[in-house]
Amino acid sequence: MSVQRSVSSGRVKPSSGGFELAVWYLMRLSGLALFVLVLSHYLILHVLYDPAEQDASWIATLRWSSTFWRVYDWSMLMLVLLHGFMGMRIVVSDYLGGSGRRFALTALSILGIALFLMGTFVVITLPNVVPKA
Amino acid sequence: MLVRYRGGEGMLAWAFHRISGIAIFAFVVLHVVDIFLVGVAPGVYDTLLSFYATPIGILMEWLLGAAVLYHALNGLRIVVMDFWPRLSRYHRGLWRLDWILFILIGIPVTIVIGRQFFRALGWIPA
Repeated sequence: MSVQRSVSSGRVKPSSGGFELAVWYLMRLSGLALFVLVLSHYLILHVLYDPAEQDASWIATLRWSSTFWRVYDWSMLMLVLLHGFMGMRIVVSDYLGGSGRRFALTALSILGIALFLMGTFVVITLPNVVPKA
Repeated sequence: MLVRYRGGEGMLAWAFHRISGIAIFAFVVLHVVDIFLVGVAPGVYDTLLSFYATPIGILMEWLLGAAVLYHALNGLRIVVMDFWPRLSRYHRGLWRLDWILFILIGIPVTIVIGRQFFRALGWIPA
């Protein structure tokens, strides 16, 4: 196990099974999906298009006039929250113990839920403005 | 605290992965809040966007891209070695391959974002 750890620089695959093993797999599978979703997102919105043009009305009339991009962005958000939350949970557990860890994990959970609600709210409720011809 | 390894590529890869991961997490928090503002306070979003479009904002955007690209490529290396442990014997080659891809993808992206940067500075016409 220790050999694999020093070589792969990933977390050692939990041998206990159960929840921690599920997290270990989820981290890698969500990472693979995010590899495609996030790199495409950055390529399209930061390289092919200039972010300076992407004001609120650009999002309402162009980007999110398409259901495809709303579903894409929401899926990416769910995976990012899952992956980011699980990752930060590992980081917090590595550096903090006792009540500090409990406090940080509680704060992270509240933050995760808040971001889930905010992102879901805006992706569903932003009016679908039809661009003027 | 960050350096718990015996040194070598594995330790560096791990440290960079953790630093880039924390930085990306911080940006994701900001980014979800700013997109939320598009719905509830579009004027505030546009003000924030005008900061993103300053030279400092564009520099941070470039650093974010580098962090995401590193995290993605190194994450792929971890997945490859964890799912196919026999490939671990090529870990140095995979580590080098990550950096070759990082540079090859990074150069064109840097040229494009570099143009945005110098436009924002006013050194080249908009």
